[in-house]
Order: sequence, then C-alpha cells, then structure tokens
Amino acid sequence: MISIINIGMNHQSAPVELRECLSGDKVGPAEILELMRKSEFISECIFISTCNRVETICTATDPDQAEKVIIDLMAQAGTMPVERLRSHMYLHKDMDAVRHIFRVAASLDSMVVGEPQILGQVKEAFRLAAVKERSTGVILNRLMHKTFQVAKRVRTETGISETAVSISYAAVELAKKIFYGLEGRVALLIGAGEMAELAAKHLVCNGITELNIVNRSFERAVELAGSIGGKAALFDEMEEQLVKADIVISSTAATNYIITADMIKNILRKRKNRTLFLIDIAVPRDIEPKVNSLENCFLYDIDDLKEVVNENSTQRMQEALRAERIIEEEVIKFGNWLSTLDVVPTIVLLKEKVEEIRRAELRRSMSQLQGLTGEQIEAIETLTLSMAEKMVNDPILALKNISSRASKDSFIDITKRLFNLDKEKT
Amino acid sequence: MEHILSGIALFLIILSTGGFIVYIIRQNNSVFRYAYWVLFTGFLFQTLFLVYRYIALGTVPVINLKMSLAFFAWSIIGAYLLFQVKFRLMVLGSFVAPVAAFFMILSSALPHLPDTVPPVLKGIWLLLHVIPMFLGDGIFAIAFVSSVMYLVQERQIKRKTRGTLFKRLPSLETLDSINHYSLVYGFPLITIGMITGAAYAQAVLGSYWRWDPKEVWSLVTWICYAILLHERLAVGWQGRRSAIMSIFCFMMLIFTFLGGGILLDSYHSFGDFGGGTKLP
Repeated sequence: MISIINIGMNHQSAPVELRECLSGDKVGPAEILELMRKSEFISECIFISTCNRVETICTATDPDQAEKVIIDLMAQAGTMPVERLRSHMYLHKDMDAVRHIFRVAASLDSMVVGEPQILGQVKEAFRLAAVKERSTGVILNRLMHKTFQVAKRVRTETGISETAVSISYAAVELAKKIFYGLEGRVALLIGAGEMAELAAKHLVCNGITELNIVNRSFERAVELAGSIGGKAALFDEMEEQLVKADIVISSTAATNYIITADMIKNILRKRKNRTLFLIDIAVPRDIEPKVNSLENCFLYDIDDLKEVVNENSTQRMQEALRAERIIEEEVIKFGNWLSTLDVVPTIVLLKEKVEEIRRAELRRSMSQLQGLTGEQIEAIETLTLSMAEKMVNDPILALKNISSRASKDSFIDITKRLFNLDKEKT
Repeated sequence: MEHILSGIALFLIILSTGGFIVYIIRQNNSVFRYAYWVLFTGFLFQTLFLVYRYIALGTVPVINLKMSLAFFAWSIIGAYLLFQVKFRLMVLGSFVAPVAAFFMILSSALPHLPDTVPPVLKGIWLLLHVIPMFLGDGIFAIAFVSSVMYLVQERQIKRKTRGTLFKRLPSLETLDSINHYSLVYGFPLITIGMITGAAYAQAVLGSYWRWDPKEVWSLVTWICYAILLHERLAVGWQGRRSAIMSIFCFMMLIFTFLGGGILLDSYHSFGDFGGGTKLP
C-alpha cells in the first residue's frame, strides 16, 4: 500500500541556522530531488524550500525506509548530524501529510498567517518537480492540483489573506505601495528588538537586497546580522546609514526621539529627496512624528500599524477557523480519492477475469454456431460483452464507494475470495 | 462614412471606459483585457476616421474645435497604449479612458460645420506643426493622470487611511516614474511643435513670432514644462511636488488649447466654433 509522507521543518520547529543550511545555498532543490529520485524507496517526491520552511512530500511503499533515506539525505545536504536534524523535524503520514500541505499552501502554517507568497513558492516547487525533474506521478500530481484548488478556495471563501496583517506584513505591504518593488532596496534596522527582527526577516523574504543593522551594543548588532543575514554598523554611523537606506525600522529602548525631523530634513537633502519609508515600532517612540509631514517621507508608528492589525484580529480568528474547516473537508475528499486507488487493482483483476471467461465461452460456442453472418456474430459479441459488464458493474461500484479504510480491506478480501481472484494469478 | 467611423469610435471608447471602471471596482483581469481591446479597436476606428478626414480635407483635421478635440482624444489614447506596452500598469487605463472619453463626447457634442479649409492651412507645414504638438499633449495628459493618481495614493499613505483605492492604485514610485517618462518623451515633441510652428508662421505669414495670445500662452506653458523637467532632472524633484507642478502645467496646456481656441482673439482661434480661421 502506498503512503504519502511529509518530512520537514518550519519556522516553529527549527531555528534559522538550521533552515539556512538547507535553504538551497549549498545544495539546490533540483539536486535534492535528483538524489531522492535515485532512492528505490521513494516513488514520487517534491521538495519545498522557502525562507521559513524546508520540507519534502513524497510517496513510498515502505514509509519507514523512505523516512530514513530522506533524513539521511537532508543531513548530508546540510552537512549536519542526523540526530540534531531529526529533533527539529516533523513527520506527517497519509492524511496528516495531506492536511499539512493544504495548510501550508493556504498560508495557515506561515509565520505571517495568510501571507500570499507561499502559494507561489509551493507552485514553483511543484513545477520544478513535475516539469523539470519529472519526479511526480499520479498521486502527487493529483495532490498538488488539489492543494492549489484548496488554497484558492481558502483565499476566495475566507478573508484570511485580506486580513493577513501583522506588523511585519503591514510594513511590507506599505513598502510595496511606496516603492516599485523591494528588489534592490536597502533596509536599515535601528535597535534589535524581537519584533523589529521579525519585520526585517519578512523584508528579506520579500526581496530586500541589503540589510544594515545599527545598535547601541555593537556586539548584539553583529550577532543579529549573523542570524538574519545583514551587515552590522556602529551606532554613530546611523546618519550615513540613513542616507543609504530606503526602509528604516526602528525599535530602540531610547526614552526620547533618536531621529528628529530636522535630522531627516538634512538627510533628505543629502539623498536628493529619494523616498524614505520609516517604521517606528518602539514604545516610547524613536522617531519624531513630524517626520511624516516631510515631503517624500512616510512614517508609520506602532499604533498606525496596530490599528490595521486590531481592526482584523477577531475577524481573523473566525476566518482562520473557516479556513481550517475548508481544509478538513478537502482532506476527506482527497482521502476518498486516494482510497479508490487501493481497490483499483482488485477491480482490474475482476474485469480481466470476466473478460477471459467471456472470450473462452465465446470461442467454445463459436464452433457450433457456424453459418452465422458477420452481423449476427457481432450481435452475439455485443450481447455477451454487455452481459458481462452489467454483472460486475454493481460489485465494482460498491467497491469504489466504500469510504472507510477498514471496511475497504475486508471488502477487497471478500471480493477476491468470491471471484477467486488470487488463485487466478498463481 | 466619416459619421459611421467616428460613431463607432465614440461608442467603443465609451464602452471601454465603462469596462475600465468595472475593472477598477471588481479587479477582474479578464474585464481589463476586454476593455483594453475594445479601447484598442476604438483607437483604430478613430485612426481610420482621422485618415479619412485627412484625405477628404487635404490637410490635418484640426481646423476647428470639434476636429481638434477628436484628434486630442486620439493622441491621449495613443499615448496610453504606448505606456501600457512599457509599464503594463492596468489601472492607468481606468483613469485615462474617462479623460479620453470626455474629450470624445465633447467633440461629438459640438455642431458639425462645413469644411472650408483656407489655403494657408494646407500643406506639409501644418502637419509638421500639429502632429508633434498633439502627440506631446497626449503624453502630457498621461503625466497629468498619473500625477492625480500619485496625489491620491500619497494622501492615503500619509493619512494612513488605506481606503479601497489604496489596494488598487500602484506604488508611488511607479506613478512617479510614469510622470517622469511622460515628461521626458512629451517635452521634445512639443518643443519640435513650437519650432515648426514658428517656421510655419515665417513661411506663411512672414514672421516667426507675432505676439499672438495663443503663441504667448503656448510659450508660457512650454516654459512651465521646461521648469518642471529641469527641476526633476537637475534638482531632483520627486513625487508630490512634481505631481502638483505637472497638474498645474496641464491646466495651462488645456487653457491654451481651449482658451486659445475660443476665448482669446487670435489667428489660431477657431472663431465662433467656426470653420474658417481668422487671419490678419
């Protein structure tokens, strides 16, 4: 019996250092797919790698062996010990795996729930597997198409993507309404708070090219720069950094404004009025509110961003609930389709057996039925064919319609015994 | 024949304007595609109409206000289609199409007049003067529309209102760069139009410059655009300030276009919406 297996890690299960090791810098997704395909234990596979998750979904007849192969392979790709990797990974089988991939694509498993990018990333991963590497087959093709449908359903039937506005998401969304795109932009992180870190990470995921970090404690700046991939600068270099930056996220513990309107006026002149987007998530605030009234300068503080988040948070809970319900529905539907796959071999055997009997009997009778016209022979052919088909039609339908797995097995068993299908084979 | 052509063009352009408005409300890409192709077809019909008129009159069909407005609408749509190819900014159509439709309707509402073409208005000079002028005007209309869009979007971001338009309008930088490109493309065109106009006046009327009101206003408009372009390229004006200036410049342009044609006593004027052009 074929199983669907999902193994991977996400922003909750593993720290960034670990995810980075597998994020495709060292070994590309295409190479990992190729390695997996070479294994005799894995029949179909897809490899998804984004900045918040690394995971694979595959089908195998022996799930335990496949699991071992995959984890070994990932450990090898990321050059890290198997035990360490295993402790940060999750494993889902069959319907749990299906549910997981549905939730991932519908953005319910994202760091910023409802963010729309993940669907594109999953599609891209599927395209790589299906088109370039040809590592998918009947089950995964069907599963992924279903996944995209589910994600679309969730997006259109619930407001989850509309209300996907956490602070960092709101910041990115606003930045996209100010700048043409985030590629090639320079972000500056002032202070190293947790929320600022999250927002910065989200900016990096959305294509920011350069991230600089200034902090009163240079050591902490260096540490943070190491973990999210930026460059640390001294606190005294802040003005220089402000001239270079397009997007500024400030979150220091300072008790008064560290960036004043006069300072920004000066800086705007130096940067030839290039647009500057400032996000102040510190409480008390770091940036003088008057900055927002400067030309080509946009300042959002935590309240401005929170307003957007609060507006939606209760509604968001309900929407998430509805999204989960849609996913449950679709998991059941997919499970039904999948289990019809189990009865397919039995149905094929049954049909073959009936057809064989029909031919044999026809051959025998034909010798006594000489002198018939071609038309008459054809009529007999049709008659026997439809008789045979109709006789097994109901059993076949019954087999296809059994919903629970347990009763399915016994039904298959009974069918095989009643029609003597197993002996036929030997 | 010309009535049929202009009628079809008018109908298609109004239809596509409706489509563009539905598009901005419903955000449905297939609605955009229909509206876009309807507009494109309308543009083709309008082109045929103008070519037909050109052949019938023996000169560029701008000898009265009715014709000029139709030609202006054509150049706005033409400029939009070019920008659409470059920027692929679907929402721009929702703002440009109504402007073009407005001028089309205005043109069709004016009474039809007998086509009497004074001999001065025949020949290659008028073509050389009018074509770059109108194309430049059409491109400046895009600059105007994108500036309005810029100010709307900027206001939403500054005031943190994030209304329905916030989602639908593109980024400030996109709008600003449309403004930039329309200036960079439009300005040389009207400059050429001004130069050929002066040469035309010299060839036909015997002097380059006659202090005619429309000439003066055109020069003032040209200087406004020159200032805007200079500030943008040399001083680094961006965003809000250049959007406001661009809107102001376009107002000047419209005033020169309509005012110079109707209100001011000028040899450029269309008389009492008359077919004949007053000449000194």
